[in-house]
Amino acid sequence: METVIKQTGKTQAFKDKANKVMGISLEDAKITKSYLSVAFLAILLGGILGLLQGLNRAGMLELPAWLNYYQVLTAHGLLLVVVLSAFFTIGYFYAGLSHTLGGLLPKVRKMAWIGFWMKIFGFVLAVIPILMNEASVMYTFYPPMAASPIFYIGLVFIVLGVWMCAFGAFINVASWRKRNPGQHIPILSFFATGVFVLLFFGSIPVAIEVFTIIPWAFGWVETINVMVARTLFWAFGHTLVNIWYLTAVSAWYVIVPKIIGGRRWNDLLTRIVVIALVIMNITGGFHHQIIDPGISEPVKYMHVFMSLAIGFPSLMTAYAMFAVFERTARKKGGRGLVGWYKKLPWGDVRFLAPFIAMAAFIPAGAGGIVQSTNQLNQVVHNTMWIVGHFHLTLGMSVVMTFFGISYWLIPYVSKRMLTPQINKLGVIQTIIWTLGMIIMSGAMHWVGLLGSPRRTSYSTYFDNATALSWDPYLFFLAIGGTLLMIGVLMQVYAVFYLMFFAPKGNTEFPVAEVEEDEAPTPRWTERWGLWIVCMIVLVGMAYVIPLVDFIVNAPPGSPPYKTW
Amino acid sequence: MMHRSEKVWLILSFGMIIGFMLITGYQTFALEMGPPSYGERIDPQKVDETAPFDNPGIKKIGENEYEVVMILQVFSFTPNEIEVPAGSTVHFTMTSKDVVHGFQVADTNLNAMVVPGYVQKITQKFDKPGEYLVLCNEYCGAGHQMMSTTITVK
Repeated sequence: METVIKQTGKTQAFKDKANKVMGISLEDAKITKSYLSVAFLAILLGGILGLLQGLNRAGMLELPAWLNYYQVLTAHGLLLVVVLSAFFTIGYFYAGLSHTLGGLLPKVRKMAWIGFWMKIFGFVLAVIPILMNEASVMYTFYPPMAASPIFYIGLVFIVLGVWMCAFGAFINVASWRKRNPGQHIPILSFFATGVFVLLFFGSIPVAIEVFTIIPWAFGWVETINVMVARTLFWAFGHTLVNIWYLTAVSAWYVIVPKIIGGRRWNDLLTRIVVIALVIMNITGGFHHQIIDPGISEPVKYMHVFMSLAIGFPSLMTAYAMFAVFERTARKKGGRGLVGWYKKLPWGDVRFLAPFIAMAAFIPAGAGGIVQSTNQLNQVVHNTMWIVGHFHLTLGMSVVMTFFGISYWLIPYVSKRMLTPQINKLGVIQTIIWTLGMIIMSGAMHWVGLLGSPRRTSYSTYFDNATALSWDPYLFFLAIGGTLLMIGVLMQVYAVFYLMFFAPKGNTEFPVAEVEEDEAPTPRWTERWGLWIVCMIVLVGMAYVIPLVDFIVNAPPGSPPYKTW
Repeated sequence: MMHRSEKVWLILSFGMIIGFMLITGYQTFALEMGPPSYGERIDPQKVDETAPFDNPGIKKIGENEYEVVMILQVFSFTPNEIEVPAGSTVHFTMTSKDVVHGFQVADTNLNAMVVPGYVQKITQKFDKPGEYLVLCNEYCGAGHQMMSTTITVK
């Protein structure tokens, strides 16, 4: 028996080495290639739909009756918020798990594929009623608006598919821990563990919500509890936001330092940021309900604290990133108070794109802190300001990091190389995307502050003077949207060129090392069970009071409405 | 493991968050500027029969003080076209007869979610004369972009 264990141990050690020397196994590569292909096709489709909306809001394009603004908006949200983010995150972290844990287990590989097809199946189910105008409910699908039941069944399959991948990741990490007793989970897999913990726990509330909606949408149950559904949705909704953010942050801490030829930030502090983001995330969703009725002011005030607390690890990250940049640039001979910035590889898209992504997080994070504060939220809630905010966070900080990742991850999995031409294309793409987002998101913030609402097709409100005064700002949505469309086309071209046509070769998976003189990271950082308990306790503190109140003191429920 | 400058940065960060909390708390609880949070329940299918929504409209309740009882439904506000003299304080009492709506008045801080089953309240003092645009800011269906009215301050 013992020899058997020893031998499997040896085979695994051999596999680990093979993985490092020869690159990712073809089977693992295929998983990531498939996930990333779907992610970038989603960007292409979602981008086209986004452009249509931008042109409509600018008053330049009237959408036909068979594809109206709200259908386009629902599909745009679902494609970019759910499909793009989930498929990219899973594709990227599965490659990371494969690289840092010595390959995926055969069982886990199978789970990744089952999860893949479940999500695709669910997505197709959800899209059919959207196209038939039976589900123009936005990706937030607030009851008592009721879509076709098929739409919700589609969502169930998407969630189950995500869970499959989360469990796959847990199994792979647990197996590695068993084989490597006393060792820290490699940093990228540590991030992956955090992300999959959040994906799993964060999607439990929405799963409960959807399971209560389905019998109601079928007509088996007459009414629904509107506020419970809404609250469960946002417990999920904002967690999802922070999942992409944590995915991007993993690349900032682990990948970018290697690309600029430096070492990564202190391992302990990095792990503390991950743990803090995992524990504090789910409760943040409540700030989407600051001006809802039925929640008392003290509860809302507590939630301001819970939301703002998430800002703290982000501020730790801000320091860490610039410290790494400065340290690396000075080692390369950079001088002066800020003159060292010249030593950074600005012409390398793998650095430039995530760098701009990080820089964008300064105004994006500041905006987030501002708008999750009670009174200030009331000024901008449901206005175009919010749309501007999440195009800055998701559209720049997260997506530009994903773009930056694609220039090495896709060559790594396709066993090809990034050519100088594609790098140049990437740099130009980054500049176009940056301009497009600044123009669009800037205009959105401003016009939102003036009062223009989100999720509303072009309207002058019967030639109201105030509404007409917003038009010049809305025009910038069309300009920004057009630039972004050009950016999407360039990016998708680069992705599929690197996947299928670029010259063959070995591309490295860039994982930075820690500083040589760094003290070893204490063992307690590995206590995932404890972090999950802390997270559940915090979620309990945040949600038990309002949810119990909504259930115990519930008003008569609402029947389903189809108002479109 | 931590540099001095990092400690300073983190203390400033922490201080900023606490500062936000203190100001928000002071405004919410001492100045009564908290977000709209009224929570009375109502049967969303019997709004027309339930007081005060059986009689929606504008009512003078004091010197320069008005109460507006308002019903939101796809895709209109009842009453629509409200008129008050400049300097009036207006208390809005609202509910929805169908889906979730938003009540927003451009150029003011009036912004509240109006959810079926709940009564929502919000107050605003209108000092500057003019025509204020009232609109629904929560997507509510095919005619959402038409759901609007005005408040005229004379």
